[in-house]
Amino acid sequence: MTTTLSGREVSSKLGKEFLGSVVESTENSILVKSESLLPVASFLKTAPEFAFDYLTFVTAVDYNDYFEVVYHLTSLEHNCSLVLKTRCYERENPVLPSVVGLWRGADFQEREVYDLFGIKFEGHPNLKRIVLWEGFKGYPLRKDYIQW
Amino acid sequence: MEVAKGEGLDVFSFVELDKSEGEAVEELKARSKEPIPDPDRWLDREIRRHVLLSRLDDILNWAQNFSTWPVVCFPACCAFELIATAASRFDISRFGMEIIRASPRQADLMITAGTLTWKLAPWVRRIYDQMAEPKWVIAMGACGISGGTFASSYNVVPGYNRIIPVDVYIPGCPPRPEALLYGIEMLHKKIAKRSVFQEG
Repeated sequence: MTTTLSGREVSSKLGKEFLGSVVESTENSILVKSESLLPVASFLKTAPEFAFDYLTFVTAVDYNDYFEVVYHLTSLEHNCSLVLKTRCYERENPVLPSVVGLWRGADFQEREVYDLFGIKFEGHPNLKRIVLWEGFKGYPLRKDYIQW
Repeated sequence: MEVAKGEGLDVFSFVELDKSEGEAVEELKARSKEPIPDPDRWLDREIRRHVLLSRLDDILNWAQNFSTWPVVCFPACCAFELIATAASRFDISRFGMEIIRASPRQADLMITAGTLTWKLAPWVRRIYDQMAEPKWVIAMGACGISGGTFASSYNVVPGYNRIIPVDVYIPGCPPRPEALLYGIEMLHKKIAKRSVFQEG
């Protein structure tokens, strides 16, 4: 069975260049600053002791004060998994870096997050709506979304 | 005409001749009053054996009743009940419906098995428009009727009747195959009432 890695252990193994990029690391997850998301993700993918070569899924959560985007990573080589999170405090025009360059599987799921939460992913090759139609008003999975 | 008497040749009696002629004429005249017999009367028995008189509506509706081919329109979970209905246990081929067409141009019936999102709605409408007349729609399940649990969602069509005309509604979430078969029987009754010379 796939082992779930502790966020604390992983953050302690991150190199010195990532000092200050980890905001919080718990037993279940590791939370990084949005500007250091790409370097950390790139390190987790390429470092041989982690080798997270597979992105299980991307999703987002609205905590009213901020959006949290969640990446579930899996290493097929070491048979282990990790939850990587980042936050976006901007509500009017939330922007986060896209991880499509690292994992192609993020393509549709980042589009879904963009569609339902309105979070823009910088560097996404084809960022457009996926489950709603052009012209839809609002972002339905936001907590303050009112339909009528 | 003079016939010598006493020669034993009293054959020609004008009186007798005229009388018999008159009888013959009278007989012919009397027979001419009788109705002329139908020269094709012998056909009757053959026709009774091979020809059944009925209304055109009845024949067309009977034919259409037992060849309502459904089109593929199964957006969600009601599809599994429809698949069960189509398979051997419940067997909609008893109603001449075993062929579920992938092409709407070969189908008469749309069984809307599942929740419909607004994103998909134009395509369902397009499939319906491509179906040849006459065509019918069965709204299967709560989602097909009214959107069901998802009726207030931002992306769910609250009932197929918002985009296409629906003939029969089958409640249930999902309806059992028996319910679907009952709905199909109701549709057959509706088709049987149809007249080809008027709309509907």
